[in-house]
Amino acid sequence: MFIASDDIFHKVWILAKTLNPMENEHQFNELQTVRLKVNGEQHELLLLPWVSLLDALREHLDLTGTKKGCDHGQCGACTVLCDGKRILSCLTLAVLKEGAEITTIEGVVRGNQLHPLQQAFIDHDAFQCGYCTPGQICSAIGLFKEGKAKTREDVKELMSGNLCRCGANIGIIDAIMEVKDGGMYE
Amino acid sequence: MAIKPNIGQPLNRLEGRQKVTGSAKYAADYHVPQLLYGYVVNSTITKGKIVRVDTSAAKALPGVVEVLTHENRPGLAWFDLQYADMDAPPGTVFKPLHDNKIRFNGQPVALVVAEEFEIARYAASLVQLDYEEEPFVTSVEANLSKARPAKKGIATALKPPPPAPTGNFEKAYEAAPFKVDAEYYHGNEHHNPMELFATTTVYEGNGKLTIYDKTQGTINNQLFVANVFGLRYKDVRVLAPYVGGAFGSGLRPQYQLFLSVMAALHLKRNVRVVLDRHQMFTLAHRPQNLQQLQFATDENGKLTAARHAAFVETSSYEDYTEVISSWSHRLYPISNTRFEYKVVPLDLSTPTDMRAPGGVTAMHAIECTMDQLAYKLGIDPLELRLRNYAEVDPSTEKPFTSKALRECYRQAADSFGWSNRNPEPGSMTRGNKLVGYGMATGVWDAYQFPSRIEAILTKEGKLMINNAVTDIGTGTFTVMTQIAADELGLPIEDVIFGYGDSKKPFSMFQGGSSMTSSTGVAIVMAAKALKKKLLEKVKEMSDSPLADADEKDLVFRNGRIALVNEPSVHINFQEIVAANKGQAIKTTKMGKPHLLKLRKYSKMTHSASFVEVEVDKDLKTITVTRAVTAVAAGKIINPRTAHSQISGSMVWGISKALQEESVIDENLGKYVNANLAEYHIPTHADVHQLEVIFAEERDELINELGVKGVGEIGLVAMPAAIANAVFHATGKRINKLPIHFDELLE
Repeated sequence: MFIASDDIFHKVWILAKTLNPMENEHQFNELQTVRLKVNGEQHELLLLPWVSLLDALREHLDLTGTKKGCDHGQCGACTVLCDGKRILSCLTLAVLKEGAEITTIEGVVRGNQLHPLQQAFIDHDAFQCGYCTPGQICSAIGLFKEGKAKTREDVKELMSGNLCRCGANIGIIDAIMEVKDGGMYE
Repeated sequence: MAIKPNIGQPLNRLEGRQKVTGSAKYAADYHVPQLLYGYVVNSTITKGKIVRVDTSAAKALPGVVEVLTHENRPGLAWFDLQYADMDAPPGTVFKPLHDNKIRFNGQPVALVVAEEFEIARYAASLVQLDYEEEPFVTSVEANLSKARPAKKGIATALKPPPPAPTGNFEKAYEAAPFKVDAEYYHGNEHHNPMELFATTTVYEGNGKLTIYDKTQGTINNQLFVANVFGLRYKDVRVLAPYVGGAFGSGLRPQYQLFLSVMAALHLKRNVRVVLDRHQMFTLAHRPQNLQQLQFATDENGKLTAARHAAFVETSSYEDYTEVISSWSHRLYPISNTRFEYKVVPLDLSTPTDMRAPGGVTAMHAIECTMDQLAYKLGIDPLELRLRNYAEVDPSTEKPFTSKALRECYRQAADSFGWSNRNPEPGSMTRGNKLVGYGMATGVWDAYQFPSRIEAILTKEGKLMINNAVTDIGTGTFTVMTQIAADELGLPIEDVIFGYGDSKKPFSMFQGGSSMTSSTGVAIVMAAKALKKKLLEKVKEMSDSPLADADEKDLVFRNGRIALVNEPSVHINFQEIVAANKGQAIKTTKMGKPHLLKLRKYSKMTHSASFVEVEVDKDLKTITVTRAVTAVAAGKIINPRTAHSQISGSMVWGISKALQEESVIDENLGKYVNANLAEYHIPTHADVHQLEVIFAEERDELINELGVKGVGEIGLVAMPAAIANAVFHATGKRINKLPIHFDELLE
């Protein structure tokens, strides 16, 4: 699994603190300024401290390409790239990502030109409903960068944090392998 | 002259770019101003009533706008009938926040509405509810004494009760030389589409609503909302241009729609309600069931007697049914039959059709029983199917419109290498793995429903096709565009398909593998009507070079009407529009099945799956290493999207046979694995070689396109084929799905 464990602990810690009314009665719902750099653009947001990066992207920046499938780090639909690493934005608090370079599916496309992986997804019919697709693509770009996956079996294993209920699994792995073998990812 | 350059082509999905760039908008993706967020509070008990509600702490939280419960909800429609959607089973439909009664664990009991999502979610945890609990039941197996025949109603028209017995089952079974008596059990399953159920209701004022909803039926939900909330149909618009999977869970309006609309009307604000994954387990699901089968054959392996009894979960308030017990008689000739179906009402929410409902449930039991018979008879399992092959539908004696099942068996067996199989269980190995080969047959109905299409030649000379149908990931958008393009002789890019919108002409909800036949045939009818109209216009045009041409000598090609034998003599669509004073030319046409003609035939799709499994000799872990499914489903409009439908269904087969189940704690009456970490579905690492074959099946009878539908047939044979392969590998029959590896441990 590629869950960034520090994010989970921070989230739990902050939730525990904010949800304890004895300790923190008037602070949990106070807005604070959060600066996020997403797809190369700086944003200044007024957020509750417990807003996840996923909800910040979707509800505050209207970047709805990143999907919520479980909100518990179990399905991978919310995967985005943070300083080049794939992370689960539902398990990440937005306030923790100040100063980071965040790339969402909206930032993967190069101008009008699809990323080779995006084109490969279309060519291999690597989706049906399309809901898990942004997470699959971001996750695969992160996978390329990690450089750990050597074989098809490696790719299958290391992509298994991204679920697809339509059963487009073979198309997804075919698309990733085509781009990986072609060295087209960077 | 028929030229169909697009039909049969493996076109890429037309919405592919939107889906890979994240610009495809699903129900919760619409950015609307002044949006309020609703969060649902669910019952923590399984049965009983709410005796006290305290929403004061929740309401006191800054940012909370309203908390709706059964005590303060706005007045609603009085009659149960007004809540009944097009897919409602007989009974009394569940009405959220209607009264203090609790009918199932996780029943929605309150809606918190707040300015921020996080505030709504937190406030939901502050709603205090006291309950009075009553005893409940959640298990079919433990409550067989409560089994009874299902009530009948309008929605059961497509799900008839089992046919009357034929011959004398008891006598024939008693006398038969070879027989198998087996029981099969399936637990609950949840559809779990990746997209969470979500509704964004835009309050337009003057009683008007625009609703972005996750649904398989925009018109079904439009009618539901208008009926329940007393709005005019034309004031309610339901949009679902992108649906993140549904698999049946979106056939009926779900409670987030009801709650979102209720809050929007009450507060006169825009309201979004998104369920969380745990809450997704409180609605539609595949019912748990117990099946008893007794099959017998003569000395030659010909089936002589079959009894199939199904005991299937329903809720305490609606009689949901599936067709389960009679499938064997649509596949195999059997003279003496007895088919039974009983519902077992439990304190769970009403089940809903889930991909290949009934069919996949039944065929697992039937085809595993056939496998057992093959072993008793000492003949090859495929040979047993061929000896019992039906040339006409055995249940009605009617001929099939087409049936290429024999071809499915042959092509799939050849490609799989079935002849290399040593029938002796446990005889084939690969290193530390036992290897098993299994096969099974699939069968499904070929439905067609009425559908109305508006076909417009636009001012720009393009073809616009409008219909309320959705595309839940099936490829409907692409396939319909292909059909329309060929019918009017236009390139794909000159066809605009408007769909996923209740404002468009009528479509049934997307289910039963019926959209390509229903919508597709209606497009053909509408395009034909439009062509007729265009020809009339052409005749009326002054100095028309085609004024005297006979209709049969004309061809529609590349945006023009031309003489077949002299294509240089032609009129462009644009010229026709210009002659029509620059106005678009419209027709509307209803497409329907040819009921009278088709009454004499049986309409079905078929499949055959061949599966290889590896079972670890020590740990007994099971891997489906490869599978081949051949499908006979008439004409395939788009081999690429159809292939994905079948291979996706095969993954579902792996899931049903080996992975997915909703586990109920009978003491608590609730699902204990209501999340995607513990509700297992195949990951990439679980999916290996899957081969899809489409057997050629020309069907001139079924409809104008010769299509039957591919949404479900790919799933039907897989679970039985896997279970049979597990037997072949291990010598153990596990008749309970999913098969757990620990059941194979000595």
